[in-house]
Amino acid sequence: MQYWIIQSLNSLALGGLLFLLAAGFSLIFGLMRIANLTHGSLYMLGAYAGATLLAPRPQSLKVFQYFPQVPSIWIAALLGGAFLAVLGGLLERLILRKLAGNALGQVLVTLGISFIVADFCLIVWGGDPISIPTPEALRQPLQVAGLSFPAYRLVVVAIAVVTAAVLYLMMERTRLGAMIRAGVDDMQMARAVGIPVSKLFTTVFCIGAALAGAGGVIGGPIMSAYPGLDADMLPLALIVVILGGIGSLLGAFVGSFLIGAIYTFGTALVPDLAYVILFLPMIVVIAFRPRGLFGRQTV
Amino acid sequence: MKKGAWILLAVALAGLPWVAGEFYVNLTSQIFIAAIFAASLNLLVGYGGLPSLGHASWLGLAAYISAWMSLKLGLGHWITAPVALLGTTLVACAFGWISLRATGLGFLMITLALSQVLWGTAYRWVSVTDGDNGLRGLTRPMPFGISLDGATSFYYFTLAITVVAIVVMAMFVASPFGAALRGTRDQPRRMGALGHAVWTVRWITFVYSAFWGAVSGLLFVYYNKYIHPASLSITTSAEALLGVIAGGSGTLAGPIVGAAIVMLLKNYVSAYVERWNMLMGFVFVLIVIFMPEGVVPGVKRLARRFGRRKPE
Amino acid sequence: MTFNRRRFIQATGAGVSAAALPSFARAQGAPIRLGLMTVKTGPLASGGIDMERALVQYLKERDTTMAGRKVELFVGDSGGVPAQSRTKLQELVERDKIQIMIGPLDTASALASDDYIRAQQLLTLSVAAAEDMTQRKPNPWFTRGTSTSSQCAQPLADYCAKTLKYKRMITIADDIAYGHEMCAGFQRVFEDAGGKIVQKLFPPLTVPDYGTYIAQLKTNVDGIFFGFAGSNGFRFYRQFNEYGLRGKIAVVGGMTAFDEAVLRNMGDEALGIITSCWYSAEIENATNKRFAANFRVDWGYDPGFYAAATYVEAAVLDATLQKLNGKIEDKQAFMKTVRAINVDTARGPVRFDHLGNVVGNIYIRKVERKDGRLVNRVIHTYPNVSQFWTYKEAEFLKNPVYSRDWPPAKNLES
Repeated sequence: MQYWIIQSLNSLALGGLLFLLAAGFSLIFGLMRIANLTHGSLYMLGAYAGATLLAPRPQSLKVFQYFPQVPSIWIAALLGGAFLAVLGGLLERLILRKLAGNALGQVLVTLGISFIVADFCLIVWGGDPISIPTPEALRQPLQVAGLSFPAYRLVVVAIAVVTAAVLYLMMERTRLGAMIRAGVDDMQMARAVGIPVSKLFTTVFCIGAALAGAGGVIGGPIMSAYPGLDADMLPLALIVVILGGIGSLLGAFVGSFLIGAIYTFGTALVPDLAYVILFLPMIVVIAFRPRGLFGRQTV
Repeated sequence: MKKGAWILLAVALAGLPWVAGEFYVNLTSQIFIAAIFAASLNLLVGYGGLPSLGHASWLGLAAYISAWMSLKLGLGHWITAPVALLGTTLVACAFGWISLRATGLGFLMITLALSQVLWGTAYRWVSVTDGDNGLRGLTRPMPFGISLDGATSFYYFTLAITVVAIVVMAMFVASPFGAALRGTRDQPRRMGALGHAVWTVRWITFVYSAFWGAVSGLLFVYYNKYIHPASLSITTSAEALLGVIAGGSGTLAGPIVGAAIVMLLKNYVSAYVERWNMLMGFVFVLIVIFMPEGVVPGVKRLARRFGRRKPE
Repeated sequence: MTFNRRRFIQATGAGVSAAALPSFARAQGAPIRLGLMTVKTGPLASGGIDMERALVQYLKERDTTMAGRKVELFVGDSGGVPAQSRTKLQELVERDKIQIMIGPLDTASALASDDYIRAQQLLTLSVAAAEDMTQRKPNPWFTRGTSTSSQCAQPLADYCAKTLKYKRMITIADDIAYGHEMCAGFQRVFEDAGGKIVQKLFPPLTVPDYGTYIAQLKTNVDGIFFGFAGSNGFRFYRQFNEYGLRGKIAVVGGMTAFDEAVLRNMGDEALGIITSCWYSAEIENATNKRFAANFRVDWGYDPGFYAAATYVEAAVLDATLQKLNGKIEDKQAFMKTVRAINVDTARGPVRFDHLGNVVGNIYIRKVERKDGRLVNRVIHTYPNVSQFWTYKEAEFLKNPVYSRDWPPAKNLES
């Protein structure tokens, strides 16, 4: 019984982590129809930024000498998000804008940039993993049903829920959200009605990138920052969004927790399928319901 | 590219072993293999409008079937090669049926997912594939008793197969079926209304592209004499897709040029530039900015522009 | 820092500490062409870069000369991909005409290059741990100065059973050949000494989160053996602590789980971890003291497994060349000499068995704090350890190669 409780909590925690990653991707793809394959790299940059601002000093890498230590992980997450928002904005304005409609070109450029970012991170932060310290207050494991469970993971779930709520409010209650929804449903009409599509795109891309960056910092105490983090996270974002459905926040939310559960229980119960456990449900869903669970558009 | 240019190229390539050292001959053989792989992917991506991230499936399947049969059953290449090609094509029939339930990003993801399933199986089914150790101690075929172990003989063997592959694929593209395929890419609804079976056209292309992917897989395993699950990974598929897009997906020469660019960056430039991964990223970004339709169409466009300025 | 190829390695501002040993009289004859097959991009890059740094340091300390001849170094980056490794090797052999290779780093690359090494008769001093290269399918050109996957795990299992008196243990490692071989060796020796391995876990090499594996760990055990390489040991251990398991289950590690490179990013949570390896930066011999001190001055951190690997292989190469008066061209003589050599290196005394694998000291180390940084202090030494541990070679080779399923784990509890 205890075992099932712990694994359930594990799935929730993983789901929360995935949502922070996938929400940005879903937003960008839903509105702009750009498969932002740089998303994993943005997440990784966020994680490394968090490590730079939070990791204990002294560190042998030069980069740590240029940045002060920040007292709390939440500040670091905001800074990381802001940094990635700027980067994302530049990326969208200078490069992706030119490729509207050229889906293959977008694939090429986003992958190309992910190579550049990956090598850049290797140069600056070296090849070894860097840990991001868990906030002091949350270091002691909680006692749940007689077993220990890291408190921080539950906080991540809470953050994911709060983020989802904020995004929902933004989508449903603000003008920006209305414009985004209009764009997702019918881009031609949105343009015809006078929505400033160009500004909207940049804004949304910045928001998506900020979510990835902040997600990288917040996920840092669990995942750490290491080379290859981008390649590990990107397929997960893709799977969640495909499963949950394009352009649907609810889909990204449900999809994240569903994937969290499938992964956690799947690898425990059927270890031989560990490599494919995430892909099988996706194949099944696309084969029988191509728009995903909650998607508004066919993929 | 005009026919004359192709023939000139073929002649130049035929003479390569006389002027270049063993290393360059081997490198060019590898470019040929990558070219067939990319060209077969292009049938799906460029002419069919269906971007796939699972092309490594065919390379890996054919390589593993051939390797397993010759290693564990001790069969000769004249049996293992056709069986590998047939087996891979049959799997492609099934995978194509599943994958074509979606288009666009969904298709991309399913092809990736199916490829990852194969990759995971290769890793885990240790009794058959020897998992992470890979299968080694493989041999090259001996057509008409000629040994292909030398760089030059293998080069001519691969060159011959590459020429045949490109010619046949070119015929496929130029045929009425190829025209129908391009129709389904550009105007699927109209094609459907005109009575073409859009799904069937796509499915046939999927299987046909997998067949040539399998051919490149056999050449790959003959060249390396070793196969490892890493060859089934997303990296292999992604590099081919990137080569196709960078070279120019709507053309015949594009993927070949793209594959050559990727191969040269990986295996040649990497010797001189330590951060060759970053360089490759920059090359792709620059190609997309200045020649968004790909290198081959882009160069043609620039040539036309400069050509027009000439008569002054 | 980009190392230029095809140039004699000059002192390129890498620190004042590289004290040059007395250089030999004018180098005689053409330079020796040495190839280093390593990994400088991708997840294995950290170790690969260390390999290059240590080798360059060795050469610089000796004025880039071995046995009176200059050494030209060519570096190949395989990216950790087996097919690319083979291609890079072909480039080094066919274009740069190297006469001897140090490396490769990873097991899959070594296996992928096996037939090519045989065909080209390329002298190889390996870093990779692939067991069968010196066991059931021995490569006559292959000599390994580091260790097989299980060579360091077997003594550790002995230590756990006999000194630490553990009775029940778990093994966990990456789901790759290296991890399988290491855990298999550990299991065999531990159970032969009376212990029981009650759980074996092999998470895939790339896993987003280890939570689901940690939840599966049995807590009624004495210890857990980590067979990870690279970042994964570090990441798993972090999560292990977060779940409150530190102190409940003792942690022992294989030769790469808590390497010096990983330790420098860890804190007090690492204190007390016991590992086994053929090297430690704290080994107290003159060669190592100088090597580790110089490396630390140049790069700011202690040398670990990968740095020591190439430094030791270079010492082996140097000693062999001295015996041959620099004549590397005679390949048969080289192989005979190198396999019969006895060298004192940074890791201690080194010699080889007739299959080309090293026989040397294996150190049991404990993580402690010294001068404000974490080090692997040597607490026990097993001398003259071969790849077969205390088993008879003929009997060892009759069994199948160590793998996920061999030796069969008879004491697993569900």
